[in-house]
Amino acid sequence: MSNETTPNIEPAADLAIKAECRNFGFHYGDFQALQNINMPVYDKQVTALIGPSGCGKSTLLRSFNRMHDLYPGNRYQGEIIMHPDNTNLLAKEVDPIEVRMRISMVFQKPNPFPKSVFENVAYSLRVRGMTNKTELEDRVQHSLKAAALWDEVKHRLNDLGANLSGGQQQRLCIARALAADPEIILFDEPTSALDPIATASIEELITELKEKVTILIVTHNMQQAARISDFTAYMYIGELVEFGVTDQVFVKPQKKQTEDYITGRFG
Amino acid sequence: MMKTQDIQAIRALITKSRRWDIFFGVLGILALMLCVLTFMTLFVDMAIRGLGRIDAAFFTSFPSRHPEQAGILSAWVGSALVMLVTGLAAVPLGVAAGVYLEEYAPKHWLTDLIEINITNLAAVPSIVYGLLALGLFVYLFGFGQSILSAGLTLALLILPVVIVATREAIRSIPLMIREGSYACGATTWQTVSDHILPYSSAGILTGVIIGMARAIGETAPIITIGALTFIAFLPNAPFTGVPPAGLFDWLFAPFTVMPIQMFNWTSRPEAAFLINAAAAGLVLVLMTLAMNGTAIWLRYRLRKNITW
Repeated sequence: MSNETTPNIEPAADLAIKAECRNFGFHYGDFQALQNINMPVYDKQVTALIGPSGCGKSTLLRSFNRMHDLYPGNRYQGEIIMHPDNTNLLAKEVDPIEVRMRISMVFQKPNPFPKSVFENVAYSLRVRGMTNKTELEDRVQHSLKAAALWDEVKHRLNDLGANLSGGQQQRLCIARALAADPEIILFDEPTSALDPIATASIEELITELKEKVTILIVTHNMQQAARISDFTAYMYIGELVEFGVTDQVFVKPQKKQTEDYITGRFG
Repeated sequence: MMKTQDIQAIRALITKSRRWDIFFGVLGILALMLCVLTFMTLFVDMAIRGLGRIDAAFFTSFPSRHPEQAGILSAWVGSALVMLVTGLAAVPLGVAAGVYLEEYAPKHWLTDLIEINITNLAAVPSIVYGLLALGLFVYLFGFGQSILSAGLTLALLILPVVIVATREAIRSIPLMIREGSYACGATTWQTVSDHILPYSSAGILTGVIIGMARAIGETAPIITIGALTFIAFLPNAPFTGVPPAGLFDWLFAPFTVMPIQMFNWTSRPEAAFLINAAAAGLVLVLMTLAMNGTAIWLRYRLRKNITW
């Protein structure tokens, strides 16, 4: 496998870069899970990470908000630079909490807190020190509208989040991720636990959200990547094989390996 | 198509295998009945002998040389006050230790060692705690043979139970809830106070109450630190003692507890005292059952709103 990845990004020349991996690598203890990742994440675009199980796409995603810091024995290499301030998110002196305040996350399985719908969304704001009730109500309503959930839950804001349907729960988690105005939202296979209809509504939502926020999404579903993403990164055994504009990656992949995976010949 | 003989052979085989099913089922019922019946016999025997002795005066009278006048006033008040001290000491310490071990402590050989030790502490005979407390609380700290010493001793005794219950309750919270909180930008303390503790409170409370139910029946460590077996006065209520009267004088008062009162009565030669002992035993068992019942009810109430 070659280590130099030539990004296939000519049409993206005029897009701003929101974040980029520079020689990024990751170790779980002695096991090197990721290496030599060089990849841009374009501002207000959807970037999809695809690849077979175990290729490290979730590991890469979870590096962006330093989720790996929660567990012992994990180690980052290289840099993930956040623009426009040029902060290396992985630097020792950068507090992971600061990183998570800028980059929020939506998980594989909807994980609303066992609290009310309102409190679920408000939590993101409360950890940022917001206590004013009117302001909280405004922001919660705004986030629920942005997550296309407001009309369904406006009369049941005090119900438990867990009482919503699976798709609604996931949109509640998206509202929670949106509430604090993040710069990037990470989606870790957000529809893998949902039925096709709920999946369609989440996909539509993601397409709408990119107007306001940069999106990085891991998906095992290639049709989904093709449908919703602007850029696609194909990963294999801890390395980035190909990165480019989604249409080109899917129609005219530069690497044979990418083509084999996309056409279903392997993976 | 299957031949008739084959089907019959299969049926014969199933019948043969089923015999072991039935055999083990019967064995299980017998084992269960043995336990339940033994307990029921003891309880019913005690209830029949003691029930007639239980009236209002039994709860409001001090012990006496005359069995028909004797009551459990000093014993149940002593037990209640000791339990109060035990709870107030064991809950904050145990919960804090459990939270620290689960959420803060780095995972390495030292924390593993501590974990093994805590689990083993739960199996240390209670008399050993009594000896430790005699040296530490009674003499070294100078608390004397008091409610405070007894409460702290029992707190030490149930501390492992509280710590283990806290850890189990915390571990039952799914990882994704914890990660969800951190992903919102919460600190460890925010995650603990906003999520971990509220969601695990049912399990923690259950553990605390089960620990207290064990502590209320403990005799050995209380005798070791020098509880009285005959006491005909109550600890002073706050501000009522001889000057300087303070809020916490009762902590340093001598005392007795229910199991010691029972023990004292069973060792008397008069048969009438045995009836008193049975009555006190019945009260003690009912207190324990009430505590366990509260634990079940609290668990149900608190878990009703918690689903993942």
